Amino acid sequence: MRNLGESLHALERKTLPLVEKHPELHDLAAASKLQEVETMRALQWLSNKKLVTLHEEKEELVTLDTNGRRYKEQGLPERRALELLKDGSKSVPALTEAGIAPEEIDIIIGSLKKKAAIDISKEDNHLTLTLNGTGKKLLEKPSLEELFLQQEFPIPTKQLKPEELFALTSLKTRKNIIKVETKKTVRATITKAGAALLREGIDAEGGVDRLTPRMLETGSWKKKRFRPYDVSINVPRINRGRQHFINEATQYAKRIWLDMGFKEMTGTHVQTAFWDLDALFVPQDHPAREMQDTYYLKHPMKGKVTDKEAWERVKAAHEHGGDTGSKGWRTPFDEEVALRNVLRTHTTVLSARTLRTVKETGIPAKHFVIGKVYRNESLDWKHLFEFHQVDGIVIDPNANLRHLKGYLEEFYKKMGFPKVRMRPGHFPYTEPSVEPEVWHPAKKEWVEMGGAGIFRPEVTKTLIGEEIPVLAWGLGLERIIAPHYGITDIRELYQNDLKQLRRMKNFIK
Amino acid sequence: MPTITISKKALQAALKKKLTDEELRDRIAFLGTDLERIDGDDIDVEIFPNRPDLLSQQGFERAFTAFVGDRAGLKKYHVKKGGEDARVIIDPSVKDVRPYTACAIIKGMTFTDQHIKDVIQVQEKLHVTYGRNRKRCAIGIYPLEHITLPITYAARKPEDIRFQPLESSEELTGPQILSQHPAGREYGRLLEGEERFPVFMDAKGEVLSMPPIINSEKTGKITEKTRDVFIECSGFSWHVVHGAISIITAAMIDMGGKAEEMRIEYPKALGGLRESPQMTPWRLPFKRGYVNKYLGYDLDEGTTRKLLGRMGIGCEEGSHGNDLVALIPSYRTDIIHPIDLVEDLAIAHGMENIASVIPDVATVGEEDALEGFKAKLREILSGLGLIEIKNYNLTAKEEQTALFRNGDEDLVRVAGAASKEYDTLRKLLLPSGLRVLQRNKHHEYPQNVFELGDVFWQDDEQETGVGEGMRLSVLVCGEDAEYTKIRQVLDSLCEALSFKAEVHAHESSHFITGRAGTISIKGEKLGSIGEISPEVLEGFELGMPAAAFELDVALIFSLVDKEVKL
Repeated sequence: MRNLGESLHALERKTLPLVEKHPELHDLAAASKLQEVETMRALQWLSNKKLVTLHEEKEELVTLDTNGRRYKEQGLPERRALELLKDGSKSVPALTEAGIAPEEIDIIIGSLKKKAAIDISKEDNHLTLTLNGTGKKLLEKPSLEELFLQQEFPIPTKQLKPEELFALTSLKTRKNIIKVETKKTVRATITKAGAALLREGIDAEGGVDRLTPRMLETGSWKKKRFRPYDVSINVPRINRGRQHFINEATQYAKRIWLDMGFKEMTGTHVQTAFWDLDALFVPQDHPAREMQDTYYLKHPMKGKVTDKEAWERVKAAHEHGGDTGSKGWRTPFDEEVALRNVLRTHTTVLSARTLRTVKETGIPAKHFVIGKVYRNESLDWKHLFEFHQVDGIVIDPNANLRHLKGYLEEFYKKMGFPKVRMRPGHFPYTEPSVEPEVWHPAKKEWVEMGGAGIFRPEVTKTLIGEEIPVLAWGLGLERIIAPHYGITDIRELYQNDLKQLRRMKNFIK
Repeated sequence: MPTITISKKALQAALKKKLTDEELRDRIAFLGTDLERIDGDDIDVEIFPNRPDLLSQQGFERAFTAFVGDRAGLKKYHVKKGGEDARVIIDPSVKDVRPYTACAIIKGMTFTDQHIKDVIQVQEKLHVTYGRNRKRCAIGIYPLEHITLPITYAARKPEDIRFQPLESSEELTGPQILSQHPAGREYGRLLEGEERFPVFMDAKGEVLSMPPIINSEKTGKITEKTRDVFIECSGFSWHVVHGAISIITAAMIDMGGKAEEMRIEYPKALGGLRESPQMTPWRLPFKRGYVNKYLGYDLDEGTTRKLLGRMGIGCEEGSHGNDLVALIPSYRTDIIHPIDLVEDLAIAHGMENIASVIPDVATVGEEDALEGFKAKLREILSGLGLIEIKNYNLTAKEEQTALFRNGDEDLVRVAGAASKEYDTLRKLLLPSGLRVLQRNKHHEYPQNVFELGDVFWQDDEQETGVGEGMRLSVLVCGEDAEYTKIRQVLDSLCEALSFKAEVHAHESSHFITGRAGTISIKGEKLGSIGEISPEVLEGFELGMPAAAFELDVALIFSLVDKEVKL
């Protein structure tokens, strides 16, 4: 018992003697001249020590919301309308002219129709409202809702009379008039142990709580006793500042490519279809180009292509293969299709643009980008309309399919997926095309990760000017990192929930 | 991607061996197709768009047995010379509407229930994929017994066309078909605005069909009694229609039919006489060194031949320095360059067996300078206790304009967005930040956040007509979120970048009057700062004060002193 007495915190010392007289938290705080949070903390500690027991009670309180406060002053919109209609029918424009806000018109019509107080007719294309007999009666006395609003708030729902409950239900269906909030009240009662401790008396002073600079300066600490703490207790959490967890993972993924000697590419999000698709030898009637997959811009709809040489060479590749040894798509190249602006459907567009300059910057070359791409999709647990792609290219006269597997394996190994395999795939701009898959240890299955392959000569010869093997990949970023964070609904990655952001674990591999 | 249903029993009969479901699953995946599910006798397989020849039971069986079983090598398809009347006369009038057709006659078919299903499946799947919903090509199949050869393909004025379309009880004219018949309503847009519609007619002038919409009820339905059929494919280029006819002809020969050749009598302007179907493989010369270079293996000639055989491709000795010639089946429409052999070789070799190599290529890794700077900013700002948020670039127009009390000039917008509330590219970051705060009202305050994001506006100087920039926004929100708080963040950030920001009073609609300004560094104006106005807070339904700034990141980076000074 003695030890227990010694270990009490100053807040507990102040609180415990007052509990019997002031069991309710609010009162207790006032009586002890402490803040409510402090009192609560003290009560919790005392409860941990079994000196008090806590009872939580929930009480529902009705308060006024933004519209409610306004209506209390000005009267409900339907009351104002009734007053205006007193002297005869009024059209909707006439009502708004008389000071009824346009957004209130629907409310008025809804509420007065429900009470069968008005007749509605259409004159000169405008709805016109006329009071009928029932409506005129309404003018005589205030409605239950109005009477209710005139009271002093907050009101506990427990105290409401039946007619007030009726008014509450009716007002709750309307926007921002009433709020019902649950309020917790906390009561404490002293336990036998608590009472015993009080009888024994607690030293108001107690041991020393905090070591102060003053004590250090004067050396007075030498004569003090330090109050022992309960070091096993939970303390309030604190929030740290941090970067978005996706950026953390992105930064980690970037490091892998940088370490392997890749140079980062950047570029615009809006591109002409020419660079995004045509330069990559995607046929102009390819289904992926349709509006349900690709975001086309409405304003500005079209762009230009200033690289005239690329324009002519890409056009030739499509129409007859150009100088690539290919037959091409053997259909006329539609320039209007190529000039449409799109939100880049893949970051591979940056790889295509890099091929145009690689002769000047030097071969062999390795480039990567982790960037945003866009697909015209509805959001659901599996689909985002904006997400990130990890793109890479290796421009190397000696590159081959085995190297491709090597680079992919290295990347995924470092991202935490040691087993990688390539399955045959198909993309219009690569040949061979593969779909890299990683072994998901938890799901125990192979999971598709994106696309990869070697750029077709129709792409490389056309854009570089000579046929050099270019290994290329476009991998999903979200699907690599979602499992790390235990996220299965992909929308959770971008919900910007501050609690989630504050508490999300760091990306550590 | 299209999915077809294969009969497991039939597949195993063709294979002459029984594979377990697990083995089937594995082999189908490594053929370059995707197994969806096995359910009883049904195997659902997803076919990549480059392989329309696999879109039938027969086509898939052909490829799979070559790949897995012992029936490797080029499969020969014989086409007999047709009779005197096996002709299709192409009237020059089709030139401007749907100029090309390839045709075939197949005799001696036995149309079991299964075969009828197979034929309908391949026709439908080809329409959807290879035919791009009949736009690129459309296929018609007719019982020959109701047709009198030769056939004429011509374009006629819509109102002069009159026949009883499939599933209709009466004769309709061209325009009536488009407006009344279900197929007309679905595909009518493909003939929209045309002065003449194309039709196939037989020697008696009987209309067989109006491509790409519908066949005639009288001549357009195959039944169990049908033995001989006429098939046509119409479209806009010879190689496309020819590819489709090859695919169907091969499948029907595999069902037991015998193909007969037709003469397609094109006018000179469309290339003159052509024979169809042409089932002779075409010759693609290639160098072994070329394919090996891409593969990373040194396959010898024997292995190359054997592997191509497993993909159903023949191989012969070449000449003129090309050491080999691949014999490409006419239905392999995907092969247009020697590079296409590389993938087939890799698949035959087993994509799963490709051994990885990390090559020794010395290149220097390099992070983009601005991206590196962004990482630095994240470090500085999170060190100040701020939380980074990350929003979509697409947003609701109202959020950028009315709610933030901003105009809508030079906003960049997308067409036909599937998620309607996201159809505008943001020009400012702060509105998205306020939206985030709105959604987090139930969480603990203070809520101090930052975002690094792209912004977009219309700019005629750019190739696309769109200017793009990188911005930083910071928002502090809570009971004591006032100018001092946000200014402290700005000053701290600038201190870390070793310069001093100046703020000059400047009013703006989204900040409280008298508590807003522009930020400049070294005389460059690069953003704005202030306390968010109550009107804006109300718009975002926020019950807490907030203060914010937004800056141009590229501009700041250009001002940072990066030189080494000794």
